[in-house]
Amino acid sequence: MNQGQTERHSVSLTVNDRAVEAEVEPRLSLADFLRRHLDLVGTHLGCEQGACGACTVLVDGQSVRACLMLTVQADGTTVETVEGLATNGELHPVQEAFRTKQGLQCGFCTPGMLMRSLELIRDNRGITAEQAREGLASNMCRCTGYQYIVEAVVEAASNMDTEVNQ
Amino acid sequence: MKAPPFGYRRVSSAAEAADALRELGSDARILAGGQSLLPMLSVRIASPSHLVDIGRADDLRHITADNGSLRIGAAATQWSVENDQATTAAAPLLADAISRAGQVPIRHRGTVVGSIAHADPSAEIPAAVLASGATLIAASTGSEREISADDFFQGPYMTALEEGELLREVRIDRWPDGTGHAFEEFSHSHESWPVVTAAVLVLLNGGTIDRVAIAMSGVDGRPVRAGQAEHELTGQAPTPELLAEAAQSATRDLEPFSDVFGSGRYRKRVATALVRRALTTATTRAGGGA
Repeated sequence: MNQGQTERHSVSLTVNDRAVEAEVEPRLSLADFLRRHLDLVGTHLGCEQGACGACTVLVDGQSVRACLMLTVQADGTTVETVEGLATNGELHPVQEAFRTKQGLQCGFCTPGMLMRSLELIRDNRGITAEQAREGLASNMCRCTGYQYIVEAVVEAASNMDTEVNQ
Repeated sequence: MKAPPFGYRRVSSAAEAADALRELGSDARILAGGQSLLPMLSVRIASPSHLVDIGRADDLRHITADNGSLRIGAAATQWSVENDQATTAAAPLLADAISRAGQVPIRHRGTVVGSIAHADPSAEIPAAVLASGATLIAASTGSEREISADDFFQGPYMTALEEGELLREVRIDRWPDGTGHAFEEFSHSHESWPVVTAAVLVLLNGGTIDRVAIAMSGVDGRPVRAGQAEHELTGQAPTPELLAEAAQSATRDLEPFSDVFGSGRYRKRVATALVRRALTTATTRAGGGA
């Protein structure tokens, strides 16, 4: 591309049930778009090369690394971030379980952990500790607080299952 | 870090992608899932002039089995391929290899064909593709050619693809019913980067090995087939001793590279163990008692 010329592309996507339109540079990652353009700074950036999972969001219902997706690739998709979890100030069952089980220490990995956990639970309401551990292998917690995170996921699944059955 | 600036073009078909490559020249790169390319941009070891995004190209998203061949298009994600019945029926070895290739959120975006084109010398999918005797279909404007997996991988991140060519499809011929498969991998922790992998297919006939394929990654600048070991096994009864000897033979001439994940000597020993293990599992699955 020519020096000094900044190419921009229009994108329209849905973020946490809100329609969003923007003109963006091709190199802008979805993570940076969420954080800088939409002020959704709940999505954290750790490594920016796909290793840590802190930036995990759901795109069309599937967990992805928001640092490894360009905003232009997200054109037309539906994105869910950690900001979309709580409704009217009330924590989502996954968040509530992380709180009661102390599934976080410093909190840096938490947004990614929550989004990946939400996906795991949506797919499997009867998730076992073993399955949660396997599923969360995609996300790093440098406080190494994995034990409580796994417990929180199992608890959240069981709580959500009860709510659905009521 | 952030990626350097580049131009972007989304294409809606393989033909458009090939045309874009021809028009934009040698510094343009294909963007499929981006799970290898985008990290390279982030750390700035790649700086393409343009990315040609094939992620929405409808004629590149197929996963189909016809006449015993599995065909996977360049935009089909690893997750969709590994969970497709066509794959588990026609190429269970590939399905196993994919399930070890990166974590689930990576496999949601990453593509099978993209991993082949990336040609990381340690990666899982190229090893399975090589063992399967796959055919790669390269497309350029107005023409196509077939490249065998044996000829495709040429060195670290180097392939037989030429300027202006798009790796459009991988085609894997199904082995006969009763074939046993096994994919073995060593990594330093669960779901972390592969150090060495071994991919094996075994077909038995009346208690002897009728057909066998062995491929490894992480032991050379490209995935390698163990032709000599395959030759030694063919026609023999698969005893534990024979399989152990074949595993030795498979790695004898290798001089693996050394890096932070393991020295060359270490990789060679691990590869021998993995090949023996994979041969044993595949033989058992094929109905043999090794």
